[in-house]
Amino acid sequence: MTAAISLRDVRKTFGDFTALKAVSFDIADNEFFTLLGPSGCGKTTLLRLIAGFEGTTGGTIHLYGQEIEGLPPDRRPVNTVFQNYALFPHMTVQENIAFGLQMLKWPRADIAARVAEMVAMVRLGDFVHRKPAQMSGGQQQRVALARAMAPRPKVLLLDEPLSALDLKLRQEMRSELKRLQRETGITFIFVTHDQEEALSMSDRIAVMSAGEVQQIGRPSEIYEHPANRFVADFIGETNLIDATVEAVEGQIVTCRLPDGETVHALANRAASKGQSGTLSIRPERLTITRDPPPGESLKGVLGASTYLGTDTHYEVRLGPNLSLTARMQNAEDAALRLDEGDPVHVSIVAGAARFLVT
Amino acid sequence: MAAGTGSGRTVSATFRPIRGWLLLPSWAIIGFFMVIPVLLMLVYSFLTKEFRGGVIWEPTLAAYDQFLFDRGLFGDEPPTIEWAYITIFIRSILQATGATLLCLLIGFPTAFFIATRPAHTRAIWLFLITIPYWVNLLIRTVSVRFLIRDNGPLNDFLLALGLVDQPLGLINTNFAVQLGLFYSYLPFMVLPIYAAVERYNFAFSEAASDLYAPKWTILRRIVIPVVKPGIIAGCILVFVPSLGAFLAPDLLGGAKTYMIGSLIEEQFKGNAGNWPFGAAASMILLSMVLVVLLFYARGQSREGA
Repeated sequence: MTAAISLRDVRKTFGDFTALKAVSFDIADNEFFTLLGPSGCGKTTLLRLIAGFEGTTGGTIHLYGQEIEGLPPDRRPVNTVFQNYALFPHMTVQENIAFGLQMLKWPRADIAARVAEMVAMVRLGDFVHRKPAQMSGGQQQRVALARAMAPRPKVLLLDEPLSALDLKLRQEMRSELKRLQRETGITFIFVTHDQEEALSMSDRIAVMSAGEVQQIGRPSEIYEHPANRFVADFIGETNLIDATVEAVEGQIVTCRLPDGETVHALANRAASKGQSGTLSIRPERLTITRDPPPGESLKGVLGASTYLGTDTHYEVRLGPNLSLTARMQNAEDAALRLDEGDPVHVSIVAGAARFLVT
Repeated sequence: MAAGTGSGRTVSATFRPIRGWLLLPSWAIIGFFMVIPVLLMLVYSFLTKEFRGGVIWEPTLAAYDQFLFDRGLFGDEPPTIEWAYITIFIRSILQATGATLLCLLIGFPTAFFIATRPAHTRAIWLFLITIPYWVNLLIRTVSVRFLIRDNGPLNDFLLALGLVDQPLGLINTNFAVQLGLFYSYLPFMVLPIYAAVERYNFAFSEAASDLYAPKWTILRRIVIPVVKPGIIAGCILVFVPSLGAFLAPDLLGGAKTYMIGSLIEEQFKGNAGNWPFGAAASMILLSMVLVVLLFYARGQSREGA
């Protein structure tokens, strides 16, 4: 099957600034693909290159096997949902949605039918004659989606479309977007800096930093098996500890922590004795107990804690150079409550520690 | 915007008890320099003329009658429509319309150009546009006359290039008046359009392009409708003073380009004038301008609805 989008050595520079360094990957047909990264990582630039708002400095972009580099945006069968929607302020909802179809010279009756269909799909029936300024952010967002999807694009590009919405609406729109993508079967390329958004919606995620793709994979792969320190740090919360390899046993390495303790971890790639790297342990994969648990554990003293409703964050000081953050579900039993200064034992859930070779 | 409104509310709450008094200077100035003179003109237009300028306090419709009707040399023939003044009036409207269109044609691309420059250079471009306007209007109009007269630099240049055999008779033509009006009021077109284009969100253009609109369609269907308030404001700011202009027609035009502004000016100049007639012509001009502004206001309120 031909890839929806195929990028080969795509580069982009703005003067002295390199926004993208030779990016190559494929996005499959009918995929919800997310470009995730901090601001300035090149994700929006990549989206704008696919849309045609910017030209590449080098490399090729294919859309379903057809080279699209050099084509202006109005001749690429892709549509964009803009960050602040960019709805035409002088046009009603209906006119906004119909605009692309008019430009494609659809027959009048077909346009009316398609607009009605889109309006129903994004549930905006009562608003067709309103102008954007008379609508809430969430409603404008739906208009922007309907407008971009009306011409049946082969690929829909979404540039941080949820960032202007408040939290509750953002969560609603996540499932809405996922539903729209499934129903229409259009390939979505979604740009965001919000890892939760990326994890909850995507089929696959490309984590980007400094103009390069750091890792591409399914959400669980990215979260469970980060390719490097940047990905481990950017996706979710984690404890990152400098460590050196003591012993290697297949993929499992024994690593030594700054204060001399040793921990077993799964290495991201072949490691050898004496090699230095980073140990990554998610806070929710740490268990704190008063009494020493069976198996491997580290001794420490409980530091500050932060109550977060369903669970609590604890700081545990393990030694002069090392402290960890653990996230524990709040127990109903008050007797299990831990206080600052209590001596505790920290154990790592089996197979949860990752050693990232530098 | 929100913050400004918020603080505005606090200030207005603080000053509410004396707010009426704070507005007094503005009302005094508007009343003294605008309302009273206009009322004075209105009253004068219904008075009888004094032969060496000034008025006699005898109410009459003679001034309006003179503007609209011809009653023969001795005023005893049956009235026919007096076309002379109406022609001047129509010519003024055409000249003002022409000047407005010319300003729009040149001003829109200029404003667009300036508004799309990097932010730190825009002030320089705007400054360049406004530099000539620090010079007195009279001097500027005379300089246009100097430029386009038969043995002026423009004709010398064209002759030297061999593009023309003899000087183009540009002076004392409608074209010369157009040029003068255009040059006098161009910034009034550029500045409001610039302000509108500067606020224009270029993501709209990208969105239109993304939705398969070619360049000219984007301009016609998106850019122009969105910046329309600026265009209309510019057109009004050029049209209104052009309609009553007298410097450009006086200095650059001839007898065939006589405009309403010159007609009014002459009624009040020296001892030969006819004050009530000048006042009546002014009132008619003012009514025309008010009609234009009313249409604009109605369009605006319909837009908002």
